[in-house]
Amino acid sequence: MSLTDTGAADRLTGKRSSDRGRPGLTERLLAVRELSLLLALGALVLVTTLRNDRFLSGQSVKDLLLGCAILVILAVGQTLVIVTRNVDLSVGSILGLVAFSTGSLFLVAPGLPWPVALLLGVGLGAVCGAVNGGLIAVAKVPALVITLGTLYAFRGVDYYWASGRQINAADMPRSFLRLGNQTVLGVPVLFLVAVVVVAAVGYYLRSYRSGRELYAIGSEPAAARLSGIPVGRRVFAVFVASGALAGLAGVLYAARFGTLDAAAGTGLELQVVAAAVVGGVAIFGGSGSAYGAALGAVLLTTIGSSLAVLRIDPFWQQAVVGALILAAIGLDRLLALRMAARLRGRSARGA
Amino acid sequence: MAHDSLYAAPPSTGAETERAAGRLAGLRAALGSWDAAVVAALVLAVLLAGVSVQNFATGRNVQFLLLDLVPLALLALPMTLIVITGEIDLSVASTVGLCSTLMGQLWLSSGLSLELICVLVVLLGGALGAVNGLFVTGFGLPSLAVTIGTLALYRGLSFVVLGDQAVADFPASWTAAAVRNIPGTSIPVAVVPVLLLALVFGVVLHATSTGRALYAMGNNDQAATFAGVSVARTKFWLFVASGAVCGLVGIFWTLRYASARGDNATGLELTVVTAVLLGGVSIFGGRGGLLGVVAGVLLLGVLRNALQLADVDANALTIVTGALLIASVVLPNAVADVRARLHRRRQRANPVAP
Amino acid sequence: MSAHRRGFRFGATGLALAALLLSATACGGTTRENSGDDSGAGNQASGAANPDAKIKEGLKIAFLPKQVNNPYFTVSDNGGKTAVSEIKGEFKEVGPSEASASSQVSYINTLSQQGMDVIVTSANDPNAICGALNQAKAAGAKIVTFDSDTKPECRQIFVNQATAEGIAETQVKLISTQIGGAGEIAVLSATANATNQNAWIELMRQELTKPEYSKINLVTVAYGNDDDQKSFQETQGLLQSYPNLKGIISPTTVGVAAAARYLSGSQYKGKVKLTGLGTPNQMRQYVKDGTVDAFALWNPADLGYLAAYAGAALASGQVTGAEGEKFTAGKLGEYTVGTDGVVVLGPPTVFDKNNIDQFDF
Repeated sequence: MSLTDTGAADRLTGKRSSDRGRPGLTERLLAVRELSLLLALGALVLVTTLRNDRFLSGQSVKDLLLGCAILVILAVGQTLVIVTRNVDLSVGSILGLVAFSTGSLFLVAPGLPWPVALLLGVGLGAVCGAVNGGLIAVAKVPALVITLGTLYAFRGVDYYWASGRQINAADMPRSFLRLGNQTVLGVPVLFLVAVVVVAAVGYYLRSYRSGRELYAIGSEPAAARLSGIPVGRRVFAVFVASGALAGLAGVLYAARFGTLDAAAGTGLELQVVAAAVVGGVAIFGGSGSAYGAALGAVLLTTIGSSLAVLRIDPFWQQAVVGALILAAIGLDRLLALRMAARLRGRSARGA
Repeated sequence: MAHDSLYAAPPSTGAETERAAGRLAGLRAALGSWDAAVVAALVLAVLLAGVSVQNFATGRNVQFLLLDLVPLALLALPMTLIVITGEIDLSVASTVGLCSTLMGQLWLSSGLSLELICVLVVLLGGALGAVNGLFVTGFGLPSLAVTIGTLALYRGLSFVVLGDQAVADFPASWTAAAVRNIPGTSIPVAVVPVLLLALVFGVVLHATSTGRALYAMGNNDQAATFAGVSVARTKFWLFVASGAVCGLVGIFWTLRYASARGDNATGLELTVVTAVLLGGVSIFGGRGGLLGVVAGVLLLGVLRNALQLADVDANALTIVTGALLIASVVLPNAVADVRARLHRRRQRANPVAP
Repeated sequence: MSAHRRGFRFGATGLALAALLLSATACGGTTRENSGDDSGAGNQASGAANPDAKIKEGLKIAFLPKQVNNPYFTVSDNGGKTAVSEIKGEFKEVGPSEASASSQVSYINTLSQQGMDVIVTSANDPNAICGALNQAKAAGAKIVTFDSDTKPECRQIFVNQATAEGIAETQVKLISTQIGGAGEIAVLSATANATNQNAWIELMRQELTKPEYSKINLVTVAYGNDDDQKSFQETQGLLQSYPNLKGIISPTTVGVAAAARYLSGSQYKGKVKLTGLGTPNQMRQYVKDGTVDAFALWNPADLGYLAAYAGAALASGQVTGAEGEKFTAGKLGEYTVGTDGVVVLGPPTVFDKNNIDQFDF
């Protein structure tokens, strides 16, 4: 557990300390974060329901779960990246590219079974991710810059390819579109997919050696390198994974929305980063969990829906997202300072 | 000059610093040539476009090109200084948008004179920048995260201010002034304040102790602190300056398009960052100069204008922008790598005499 | 740098700013009241039209849509292309990849620089592109707007897809028949500043005051921003906020498709009626599965086709944009220029399950 360590806190306090977080402390901190997110979510749902009791009706909950599934998947992918002190801004463009190519694929091969399309979409996403990862490895510059560039480039390819065409629901097989709206015991399939992704990534980050190493890389890349972690390979893999998840999200997007043009997913990256950051993934790497990020995504989606239900001017939505990001990173900073102070206290006592 | 402070810094952590220093030296070797390379690329682009693209080399086109570049050039000035200190401001375009809608709302409902509104908008821009500065220096948060937050916040607020409405009834004398040429030339008047500001920022960056301190900060915050520079305060005022310049751009944008609306300048931050990086400023901080950035801005403008005149698809332009951004960060490192490798080989070939 | 010098510098800056503020307030300056209205003399239809003039060959006609990646504009620009090839002109389509007014300005400048004879554009902002259009006009280009107009003085002819009255009437009539003449309805619009949308909604409200619609109550207008996902969410929000909603009118192609998709996958399918302006290709599935009974639209290809002919007529001197002038637009027949240089394409076509398969756009 010590690997989720105090790297962030140390950097923040400008203190190069050697003390490690005691087992449990960081974990407890994260749990607190997730609990407070749940509380915020509960409060939001409560307030909205008091104003309009249909907000908790079966249909509405189903809509909510459907609405957040794609953002949850992207946020979990982003968590993998941010934990290593990188960021992937190209996810919105990858999603758009994959969604459009899934549609085009069905245009060319209408009889194609949807699992094949799903696999191809994930594969294309992974290739885009590999482009990011490869460029970052070659250029040795912050992922921010590279993925800002590929944000343009992937979207440009998408636009160029689509050249103003639109793919309609009628062009895609029924079985595929049903995937987007079908429910199992009242729960949308899309949401179940998201839950599986969250659980898998969450388990991986927590229990696998290579998962723990991601935290080490994010906390202190140099130290991670010195301790024999293959930093380059891990970071590359993380970008491939983020790309693949964006690809998955792209296929699901196609299934859910049915109407596709080249602009699908434009500007989504901001929401994704916001979801992760609000969910407690520290933007400077080294801490955060997939569960938190997923909760962050659910919270953001719920805010969007409740603004619509409460008939609050939708223009406020983006401002709220921005304010949430600032509040979340401010809160993180505060907690990190507190924690650093406590750790100092402990090691002083221990000495 | 820039890296002297690095060597003056107290020796800190062994191997990593040494390697970093080695790479910095390599970069420094590449630096002079990068500035020159951008200028050369600019000259080449102008010549090529002038010869091969119809209607490029005309007075009217110069006017159009320069007018399109004014916001980009203005925003790139403070951005250069901010990136040199190792920070970044991604909220510039949203700040421009918010300033523009505030200007529209004030004009619509306050009854104040336009002169006063302009002053207020610049001050408001400064205040918006101060919020960034406060979060970054006061609370010690990474500027990347803070300004992504304010990017969303300010854009959201600019829609809150005017909704989806546009304010467009600015006096024609003002809107015409924004696009007027210097009499007898085809150079817009708006270029003059850009040049003046460029001069001011250039002098501050390259000829004052504050400027040297900016480089020192980009290389090593702690070293700069040891050298007696207040890192936090300097950075704070840089963000304020960036916000105030956004205010100016907001005014220009509103008047040039005679329209104050919430989506003004959306996405411009990416172009600004591209221009600054293309101009040879290192995203790590500590390296780069204003001349390169000005050349970078012009290069970007000339390329876009020429490609547009040559009927290149807008979608291809999107790809070109992305590719330029990537190339401008990949190339210098690749060049530095190659140089370092050559250098090592040479050292191996001629072992130094004992 | 010493703290002293810094303090001095900030002090000086502050003083300078204060002085600037004072001087700006002191000398009155330009206010909204005294600036006057100097918007110009309206549509300058200069010179005289020669109704017998032949359409010139080799005219350079450029289409500048709101954005190049919008399927609607792809279809209308292709209509324009057909017309331009009929009159043996040179066709060109350029435009920004995102619908912003500022990049349209840059494209207008480019087109003017390339010496186009006609610029056919759909404005992202009625004011922002005016200056550039006037410059292009001064440089000799004829300006036609379609779909979304600018201020009248910035162009010679506006090709209107349908009169606002025609659209409002059709929409209200469609929804009234579908919900049986009584109940709550809502409008799902594009953006709150879309000129055409607002005009239509206003006229729909007027139409609803007629006695035959007295039992219909328009409860709200929601904005989906012409964004698929947003429109989808807004539909969802409408049905939650208004449990008694009987019908939705969505006069935007993006909105109506998103709303139809939401309804077809929800418990409201067939119970809450939906109509609006949509393309047959997008709506075919929902008409066939019973989500939507009927909807309307003009033919965007015809719109582009007519706009190209209007531009050619201007450039050939057949018309100048003054009221009452006539020109012939190929297969569409003869058109008359109305007040303010507006040419109306015609009444919208209504699509239902009987005729939808005859259209492909």
